[in-house]
Amino acid sequence: MWKKFLASHFLWSFKRDWVAMASAAVLVLLLLASLLAPVIAPHNPYDGTNVDIMEAETPPVWMEGGTSKFILGTDAQGRGILSAMLYGMRTSLMIGLGAVFLQAFMGILIGLFSGYSGGKLEAFLMRLADVQLSFSTLLVAIFVGAIFQMVFGVASYEQMAVPLLIVIIGFAEWPQYARTVRASVLAEKKKEYVEAARVIGLPARRIMLRHILPNTLSPVLVISTVQVANAIMSEAALSFLGFGMPVTRPSLGSLIKSGFEFIFSGSWWITVFPGILLVVLILVINLLGDFMREALNPKLYKGA
Amino acid sequence: MFAFLIRRLVQAVLVMLIISFIGFSLKHAFGDPVRDLVGVSVSKEERDKIAEKLGLHDPVMVQYVRFLKNALTGDLGYSYFFKKPALDVILSKAPATLELVFAASLIIVFLSIPAGVYAAIRPRSFLSRLIMGSSIVGVSIPVFFTAIMMIYIFSVELHWAPSFGRGELVTLFGFWPSGLVTLDGLEHLIMPSIALSSIMLPLFIRLIQAEMMEALQSEYVKFAFAKGLKTFRIYMVHAFKNTLLPVITVGGVQLGTMIAFTILTETVFNWQGMGAMFVEAVERGDTSLLVAYLVFVGMVFIVVNTCVDLVYGLVNPMVRVAGRK
Repeated sequence: MWKKFLASHFLWSFKRDWVAMASAAVLVLLLLASLLAPVIAPHNPYDGTNVDIMEAETPPVWMEGGTSKFILGTDAQGRGILSAMLYGMRTSLMIGLGAVFLQAFMGILIGLFSGYSGGKLEAFLMRLADVQLSFSTLLVAIFVGAIFQMVFGVASYEQMAVPLLIVIIGFAEWPQYARTVRASVLAEKKKEYVEAARVIGLPARRIMLRHILPNTLSPVLVISTVQVANAIMSEAALSFLGFGMPVTRPSLGSLIKSGFEFIFSGSWWITVFPGILLVVLILVINLLGDFMREALNPKLYKGA
Repeated sequence: MFAFLIRRLVQAVLVMLIISFIGFSLKHAFGDPVRDLVGVSVSKEERDKIAEKLGLHDPVMVQYVRFLKNALTGDLGYSYFFKKPALDVILSKAPATLELVFAASLIIVFLSIPAGVYAAIRPRSFLSRLIMGSSIVGVSIPVFFTAIMMIYIFSVELHWAPSFGRGELVTLFGFWPSGLVTLDGLEHLIMPSIALSSIMLPLFIRLIQAEMMEALQSEYVKFAFAKGLKTFRIYMVHAFKNTLLPVITVGGVQLGTMIAFTILTETVFNWQGMGAMFVEAVERGDTSLLVAYLVFVGMVFIVVNTCVDLVYGLVNPMVRVAGRK
């Protein structure tokens, strides 16, 4: 497996593409930083005893009034921006990856079944996918987020924010997977190996999961990268509107939101640093997605 | 074509029913129409009387049918906060959003077409690489962050443009408060419309570039070159015209994304349109208004999408034939 990967066209083109290599390096760095956030963060932003309100709105170290204790300054409650960003990125990534797992699971299953056997239920679900996609995933996510907040009330919504956001974003974006998988299943179904498997009498479930599914994975891989970026972006948007993570357990989006009102008094660092981190995170994932699209070159829907 | 039309209309009605049912269940479970009407400081007997009069003790399905009937006559409930019918509130906020969307669409159309076409014609030139490179950076910047950065740079630091509100308004035709006819209003429009277009623009540039590249490789373009037609004419009349159809379809689909982004943009710039109203309605727990917005947007959406589909079906027979079983 490993040897096959070393000799693959994928790795070959990766090594020749410095943009892809740089993005991968930055992404690995960011992933490590968020994984090790409790170890490398200078302070624990969740720990109230560390926070001193007298140190609120300290500017970054290179500006007048900055201290080396807070390299990127502090927010309105006196939490270090750098620490809050590291923990925030952790939360953002967790929600993004969780949402992608959920939507991939739902989408692949529905896409596979509706492409291969296609009963009434699957046909209905695919119609639902079409309708939902025509509404755009972000709009669906915002509406569902708003509805959930009304249903659960603000306090308990904030308590369960992480799983709820995963469900909201996962639910809003599964049609992407379902459509991609269904399209490639429809193409694979006509090939001879499927015919052969059917002739020797394998059950449909086995043909679907063991024979067809592995052959639909490369388009799934390609959209997965872009979907992670989309999910992180949706989470940030929801948090910014106040339907996401509370400021006490911030994601990058809620950090940007909490800093927004202070931008008028000149405390730009509370918003700008988390924002830049968010943009860099999304950008490297998108660049990798672009590279993978070209390297694996699966037939994808235009603009989908 | 007739079967296609019927199928499309049935689907539109079904989707509308589902949306209205979600809206109704929300309202039924979490709204309090008695409070919406008279507030909280009324005795229990009084409330019961009003509830009886409003038919709140009827079976759920009866209430749902009544909700549908009311919605069809334009009665989408009563906003607790504004003390006005919800539809009136939404319609009074609509001009602000429409002007914002209009300005952003102008920016998108006038920038994405030349940029996309140029990047397709000269894919290897420096400028094209710059366009395509910055477009992927553009897709990666959340719209609210663009907006915040613009406010910080151009309002807080440079004092070039105002950062919130719509500025001076003039009422046109007696009902349309417009910021498009005053200098102050236009100044207020600049930043929100640029922010709103910032994320759609790269999307359209990339789409137009991809479609145009495809068109340029087709036989008929090669033939036009061989025939010795003027280069500009081939690009604009022959190749570009054929990229328009997919671009328009995707444009129709992007309407939802546009609405989502107006919600974000309006929140940042405190632009008093429907999007900001929606977020405030959620914060205030104004269930009726939230449901009314949901149903209203759903309605607009379905009408627009169905029209786009029908027109597309008329223009391109492959669509209506392919959909048939």
